[in-house]
Amino acid sequence: MLEINNLHASVEDKGILKGINLKVNAGEVHAIMGPNGAGKSTLASIIAGNENYEVSEGEILLEGEDISELAPEERAHKGVFLSFQYPVEIPGVSVTNFMKTAINESRKANGKEEMPANEMLKLIREKSELLEIDRKFLSRSLNEGFSGGEKKRNEIFQMAMLEPKLAILDETDSGLDIDALRIVANGVNKLKSQDNAVVVITHYQRLLDYIVPDFVHVLMDGKIVKSGTKELAYELEEKGYDWIKAEMV
Amino acid sequence: MELKEKLISSFMAFEEQIDVHSELHDVRTSAIKNFENKGFPTKKEEAWKYTSLNAILKNDYSVFPKHENAIEFAEVKKYFLHEIDTHKVIFVDGKFSSFLSATTHDGVDVCLMSSALNKPKYKMIIDEYFNKIASKDETLTTLNTAFANEGAYINIPKSKVVEKPIEIIYFSTGVENALMVQPRNLVIVGENAHVQIIERHQSLNENPVLTNSVTEIFAQKRAIVDYYKIQNDLQSANLIDNTYISQKQESNVSVHTFSFGGNITRNNLNFYHFGERIDSTLKGITIIGDKQHVDHYTLVNHATPNCESHQNYKTILGDSSTGVFNGKIFVEKEAQKTDAFQQNNNILLSDKATINAKPQLEIFADDVKCSHGCTIGQLDENAMFYMQQRGIPKKEAKALLMYAFSNEVIESIKIPELKQRITKIIAMKLGVNLGFDL
Repeated sequence: MLEINNLHASVEDKGILKGINLKVNAGEVHAIMGPNGAGKSTLASIIAGNENYEVSEGEILLEGEDISELAPEERAHKGVFLSFQYPVEIPGVSVTNFMKTAINESRKANGKEEMPANEMLKLIREKSELLEIDRKFLSRSLNEGFSGGEKKRNEIFQMAMLEPKLAILDETDSGLDIDALRIVANGVNKLKSQDNAVVVITHYQRLLDYIVPDFVHVLMDGKIVKSGTKELAYELEEKGYDWIKAEMV
Repeated sequence: MELKEKLISSFMAFEEQIDVHSELHDVRTSAIKNFENKGFPTKKEEAWKYTSLNAILKNDYSVFPKHENAIEFAEVKKYFLHEIDTHKVIFVDGKFSSFLSATTHDGVDVCLMSSALNKPKYKMIIDEYFNKIASKDETLTTLNTAFANEGAYINIPKSKVVEKPIEIIYFSTGVENALMVQPRNLVIVGENAHVQIIERHQSLNENPVLTNSVTEIFAQKRAIVDYYKIQNDLQSANLIDNTYISQKQESNVSVHTFSFGGNITRNNLNFYHFGERIDSTLKGITIIGDKQHVDHYTLVNHATPNCESHQNYKTILGDSSTGVFNGKIFVEKEAQKTDAFQQNNNILLSDKATINAKPQLEIFADDVKCSHGCTIGQLDENAMFYMQQRGIPKKEAKALLMYAFSNEVIESIKIPELKQRITKIIAMKLGVNLGFDL
C-alpha cells in the first residue's frame, strides 16, 4: 500500500526527516511513536502533500506509484487521508456541505458522476451513526466551536465518509476522554479491511489498546530507529525513550 | 470644458427649469457656491488621500440626459430581488421610470423626490428634513444638493411595519456616451416603524458612468431601518455614495454595503445620534480584483449616552485592486457608556493588491467601551492544506475560505432572498461551483 524509501525532508533549511524507510501493506495497522519534535507529524504531513516542507531526497509510493510530486488534493483523490491533530475551523460551511463538496470533487477526479442526493444522505446517516454523531451537529459550521473531542470525532466521520485506502491518524487520541476514544477507535476498527491500511501516530500506548497495531515504529530525530510488534508500545510506555537512545549509542 | 466648469455653468440652466422662487433655491445656490469654492476633492485632502478621482473626471459626461431612455423589464429583471408585490422606485439614466416602478401613497409614501420637492403637500416635511443631516460643507454632497431633484422619497409613518423590502434601482443605459447622475434619496421612518430598503446602481453597457449619490435617512424613536447597498456594477461605472443617517432615541439602523463591482467606488457613510440607547450597525463585504478600487469612509458620531455601534468590514483584494477602510468613531464628552466596536479584516490575494486601513478613534468621554481590530493577511495556508487534503482543489478551497471569511457579515443579512442572492454573487465572483448553494 505505502512504501517510503530514504525520505529526507526539511522546512526552511532545517532537516526534519533524515532518511525514513517504511513499508505498510494492505490490511495492516502501523503505529508510529516517538518523543516530541521527532518528526512524526511532519512525516504525516509530507505523506499528505503539505507544500510547506521540502522533500530533498527519497520517494513515497502509494500502490507502487510515486505520489511525492502530487498536490494534496490529488493524493486525496488516490485515497490518502490525514486526520489532523488540529482540524481547521471553517465558519459558514456546514459539515454536510463540506463533505458533499469533498466527496464529489473526489468522484469527479476519478471520472465518476456526482453522488445522488439520496445516496449521500444515506451515507451521511450511516456514518454518523457509526461515530455516534448527532444529526444537528452535521448542520453546524465545520469545526467552529467544536470541542477538542468533537473535532477528532468529526475527523474520523470524514474518514468514514471518504473511505480512504491509506488513513493516517495524527494524534487523534489527544484531547479525547475515554468514551470518545472508544467511539473513535471503534469507528476506525469498523472501517479497517484487507484493502486499506492505517498509520497511527501517537504519544501514548492508550489508543493502541483500542486500535491494535501489527507493527510499532519508533521515530527519533528524523529516523525510524526501532521497529517491533505491539509489545514494543508497552515497553515504551513503561520505560520511555531513553533506553532506545542508549541502545543507539 | 472641465467637469467642474461644466457643472457650474449648467446650474443656471438647471435652476431655470425648476421654480427659482422656491425656498430650495437658496439651499441650492449656497450649495453650488460651496462646490465652486472647493471643487472636486484631491488626494491632498486627508479624507481623499487614498482615492483619486482625477482619471474619472476626465470623461465628457452628459450632466443631464438628453432623452428619456426606456428599457424592457426582461432586460433588467435579474437585478430585482422581487419581481412583484413589492414597492420599487426605479430610475433610468437619472429619470424616473414609471413603467418599471411600483410606487405607493397607500399608508406609506414610496415615491419620487421630484414630487416631494415640488408639491405643496410635502412642503412641511421637506422643510423639516431635506438637507438637514447631509453635510453643507463636504464638496461632493453640496454638488449633489445643488442639483438635487430626483431620487427616491420614502416616508413610513408611525408604527407601520413594511413587510417586504423596498427596492431602489438606478439603471444607466449607456445611450449617452458618458453620463453623470446625481440621485438624491430621502428616507423618513416614523416612531416604531420598520422598513428594509435595497439600493443598487447598475449600468447596462460599458459607457462610463459617474454617480454622485446622496441619501438622507431619519430614524425616529424606536424605528428600525435595515438598508442594503448592492454594488456589483460594470467596471466602467464609478460611484460616490454619500449616506447620512440621523437616529433618535432607541432607534436601530443598519447599513450593509456589498462592493463587488465598479471601477472606483467611494462610500461615505455617516451616523449621527440624537437620543439615548441608539443602535447603529455598519457592515460590508468587498471582493474585488483587476484594477478596481473601493473606499469605505465611515463615521459614527456618538453624541449621546448609552448608545452602541457595531462595525464589521471584510475585504478580499485580488490582482491590482485597492481597498481603503477609514473608520472614524467620535465619542463626544456627553456620550458616556458608549459601546463602540469596529472590526476590519482584509485579505490580499496578490502581491499587487493594496489595502489602506485607518481606524480612527476620538474619545472625549471617560466611561466608554471602544474597541477596534484590524487585520491584513493572506489566506490561511493550514486551512488550505486541510481542505485540499479532503480532496477539494485549490481554487474551490480558496473560494470556501473566502466565503468563510465573509460569513460573519453574510449571516447578519436579515432578508433570506437577499442573503441567497449575495452568496450567489460571491460564488460567481470567485468563479466556483461547489455543488451546494453557499
